[in-house]
Amino acid sequence: MSEEQTKNLEDQFEARIARDEKIEPKDWMPEKYRQTHIRQMSQHAHSEIVGMLPEGNWITRAPSLRRKVALLAKVQDEAGHGLYLYSATETLGISREEMYEQLHTGKAKYSSIFNYPTITWADMGAIGWLVDGAAIINQVPLCNTSYGPYARAMIRVCKEESFHQRQGYEIMMKLANGTTEQREMAQDALNRWWWPSLMMLGPTDAESVHTEQSMKWKLKRKSNDDLRQQFIDQTVPQADLIGLTIPDPDLKWNEERGSYDFGEIDWDEFWQVVKGHGPMNKERMKARVGAWERGEWVRDAAMAHAEKKQEQKEKQAV
Amino acid sequence: MSDKKNWPLWEIFVRSKNGLEHRHCGSLHASDSEMALENARDVYTRRNEGVSIWVVESKNITASNPEHNGELFEPAQDKVYRHPTFYDLPDEVKHM
Repeated sequence: MSEEQTKNLEDQFEARIARDEKIEPKDWMPEKYRQTHIRQMSQHAHSEIVGMLPEGNWITRAPSLRRKVALLAKVQDEAGHGLYLYSATETLGISREEMYEQLHTGKAKYSSIFNYPTITWADMGAIGWLVDGAAIINQVPLCNTSYGPYARAMIRVCKEESFHQRQGYEIMMKLANGTTEQREMAQDALNRWWWPSLMMLGPTDAESVHTEQSMKWKLKRKSNDDLRQQFIDQTVPQADLIGLTIPDPDLKWNEERGSYDFGEIDWDEFWQVVKGHGPMNKERMKARVGAWERGEWVRDAAMAHAEKKQEQKEKQAV
Repeated sequence: MSDKKNWPLWEIFVRSKNGLEHRHCGSLHASDSEMALENARDVYTRRNEGVSIWVVESKNITASNPEHNGELFEPAQDKVYRHPTFYDLPDEVKHM
């Protein structure tokens, strides 16, 4: 294809997206569009899968059957979300094995929030309330993104996420209204998860390298800073309501802006965790890779069984 | 990495209730059709989304090529006489 033809195709492609048309797997697309989507969608899938680990940690120790079934269902949902997203990413021509390989070798990233430890039961509350809350803010705009399979997967994901956030908030509410120890446990969880949750909305606009192109492709509809402000404005009153304190001395309602002003985020910490030096990076990958390797004989046995059955069926047919 | 074969990809179609058609809802990997059905139940119908599931191995689907959309679908565009509004009827004929 000549350069001019490619340019022509690219212009037509951008025009389609500008008209809000969806792009489907077999449609022509610029290589950069394909690669950007593979990167973002697979990272998103990896985050769902790794995200099961910090919560899975508490399933056996949930304080009641009601909490246990809810947490189990939530973790199962994360597995489901990972699977929707992996299969949507496969439509772009990358195999599941390649994606796993990228995750396991550290070539692909996942959300840094999962590199923090879950040390008390209140962390299950804080994760559902804050982490899923921030995830929803990130994800809702993606239901309208330009790549059809991604948008469809996100619609399913968003429908299911709201239960996650509510179950988390309910846990926090219960603890916040409980004994002194329980209240302190809830406050401690909020203290530890607040800042990492704000970081989930991504680097500041000035630092964000992907924003402009991603806006054009509708992979992003609002900037990181706008999303972060939205998250803070919606979450602060929820903390007030259950009598917990946001761990930010600079947090203050700004009448003029109709929004909360907030303190400086420790971006050094953010980049440290992204680069693999968070408290749980090694542990998470060890658990993930270990699970994959220990499952290998099961996957192989299932395949061998399927092949044997197929052969028997063919023999009988003769 | 194992030298064994990876589980193939299956396309999943779910009927949400009787009276409606099966609709494509995504795909998944499974070693055979039975496992594909069981996994589809867990992945795509956790909240009563279905009363019936079809699974089809992805390699068995033949799809049209979007590059041929012109020759495939454009011929239908200028056949307005296939639509009821093409025909002029007196106003007195209220419903037809």
